[in-house]
Amino acid sequence: MKTKKIREFVTKYILRIPEEGTSPERYKALRRNIIILMILVTVIPLSLMATINYYQYQKNLRDEIITPLNVLTNKTKRSFELFLEERLSTVRFITSAYSFAELSDEKVMNRILGVLKKEFEGFVDIALLDSDGNLVNYAGPYSFPGKNYSQQTWFQEVLIKGAHISDVFLGYRKFPHIAIAAYHLSGDGQSWILRSTIDTKKFDALLAMMELEPECDAFLINSQGILQTNSRFYGKILESCSLPVPLGGHGTYVSETEDREGREIFVAYSYFFEPDFTLVVAKPSSLILKTWFTFRTEIFFIYTASVLLIILLVYKLTDVQVSHIKEADEKRELAFRELEHSQKLSSIGRLAAGVAHEINNPLAIISQKAGFMMDLIKSGSEFKEKPKFIELTDSILKSTDRCSTITHRLLGFARRMEIEYEDLDLNDVLQEVISFLEKEALHRNIKIELKLHENLARISSDRGQLQQVFLNILSNAFAAVEDNGNILIQTKDENDEKVGVYIKDDGCGMSEKDLENIFEPFFTTKKGYGTGLGLPITYGIIKKMGGSIKVESQLGKGSTFIIFLLKHPKKILEV
Amino acid sequence: MNDIHVLIVDDEEELAAVIADRLEFRGIKAQTASDGETALKMIESDPPDIVLLDLMLPGMSGLDILKKINALDLNIPVILLTGYGSKEMTLEGMNLGAFDYIMKPCDFDGLISKIQEALESE
Repeated sequence: MKTKKIREFVTKYILRIPEEGTSPERYKALRRNIIILMILVTVIPLSLMATINYYQYQKNLRDEIITPLNVLTNKTKRSFELFLEERLSTVRFITSAYSFAELSDEKVMNRILGVLKKEFEGFVDIALLDSDGNLVNYAGPYSFPGKNYSQQTWFQEVLIKGAHISDVFLGYRKFPHIAIAAYHLSGDGQSWILRSTIDTKKFDALLAMMELEPECDAFLINSQGILQTNSRFYGKILESCSLPVPLGGHGTYVSETEDREGREIFVAYSYFFEPDFTLVVAKPSSLILKTWFTFRTEIFFIYTASVLLIILLVYKLTDVQVSHIKEADEKRELAFRELEHSQKLSSIGRLAAGVAHEINNPLAIISQKAGFMMDLIKSGSEFKEKPKFIELTDSILKSTDRCSTITHRLLGFARRMEIEYEDLDLNDVLQEVISFLEKEALHRNIKIELKLHENLARISSDRGQLQQVFLNILSNAFAAVEDNGNILIQTKDENDEKVGVYIKDDGCGMSEKDLENIFEPFFTTKKGYGTGLGLPITYGIIKKMGGSIKVESQLGKGSTFIIFLLKHPKKILEV
Repeated sequence: MNDIHVLIVDDEEELAAVIADRLEFRGIKAQTASDGETALKMIESDPPDIVLLDLMLPGMSGLDILKKINALDLNIPVILLTGYGSKEMTLEGMNLGAFDYIMKPCDFDGLISKIQEALESE
């Protein structure tokens, strides 16, 4: 239903092309439609490609970033776990390898601490507690004689779980430490706990091994979100971490988030099994996505440039195409009109010939009878109305003369024109014709200016027909100009094939509508005395000679008739 | 000019008649015929001094009549009455020996002078 409506809308408002003729709207619509279609078929696939590329690349890049981050985080967590596990195993080993009595011996204890310090990094002290939490023996830099630990949570936990690794705490020297405790129950029912303090310098070393960029951060937090190592951006050791990290989980995850300072970051977090720590690695997205932004900028520029280029090309191509179509249409229209015109001319010619023939005889009778009447009146006796009769009869004779001129013209129009070619100088022909009109020009003070090409090529043409052509056009020019008007006659050598005659007047000019009709038979603007055949005959003659005629005119400013004649017409133009 | 006898051959009888009337008015004897047969009969029985012959006639055409007149060998000058559009026919008539031609609707004074010319040439 909806698609149907869209289609209707598209056909009605977008793809609609006015059917009629060669109106500018039609070509505008055609141009618009071609442009829309071409842009659609090129830009849509391009946009799709760009979008797919964009997302594909984004995905690949993300994978490339996330995976190594994940791996690195996981690996570092394993190092931490290994470190702690090793320490715990060692403590456990000592707890079970020595008897309570041995461990109670201060010398033994000192020796054990000595070995531990030598073999393992980070051991600070070692303490032996009995099952009631009383400090029995201690080796290390401090002394806590008689201290009881039974009320501390870690002690309870050791009793239950057999081992314990504490969160980081600041020892007496204000260095961060962790405590590792192990419980042992000997065969004879005696139980004791060995507790060792380890400084966490090694933690910083493990984090440093990740070789992170200065913009990055890596730290440990415990299950309450308290920092177990220093963080570059999110707090000092034993402070609450300012970066929200989901607590309690298993495995390693990477997520994208925004920290309090508004930095876009990738956060990788990996949960420890024992103790309850989380390793957090933060990398700012900007750092990771630098390549991504480069790519995005590139793709944006390429896309924009391509679209612009396409639009430019489409516009240019469409212009060319549409003007081709327009030209073809116009040619077709012109050919069609010429055909129509010549058909009209020939059918009107036949009609005219028929009419002229039929009218000629009655016209002859009227003329002869009126002539006879005139003879009779003139030779007869005087009577009162004699002068009036003579005047009337004379008027009849003049009218029949006029009619006969028209019938002659009609017949001339219809007559098959046989063109008799001879070698002639067009300038001579023009001058001959002008000589016919000199009297009228003198009388009306019309200035005829000649700009005849001096070395105009001689052409092969029919002198009589040409005289008729120029006489017709010049008669029209004379009719168009006012007294004291100007007529300019110019001849030009146009090219190897043709010569041109330009007859320009500064007379009344013609409207566009008149211009369309001037070569139509019986069309006249000379009210009352035009036959409407002069220009159609002229047109016919020029066409037969293989030439062409056109008119440029502006109402009130004058007209220019332009005639092109072939220098050497093919002599098979006879219809 | 007084004893001249002109035969006008034209199927347009009224036109032939008015031309005859005008000639008679100028003292020229004129007869009319509206077709070829009648005309030839009249020529044979009473040969005129001049024949005015329309070329467009029903039945026997003007050119046929001209040939027949020539065949009679009476040496009668023939002036062709032609329409504007029948240039070829006129040309053929002239080739067949017509004295001259005049275009319809004819200028009467022109006709008179052509008749005079024809007579003088005889």
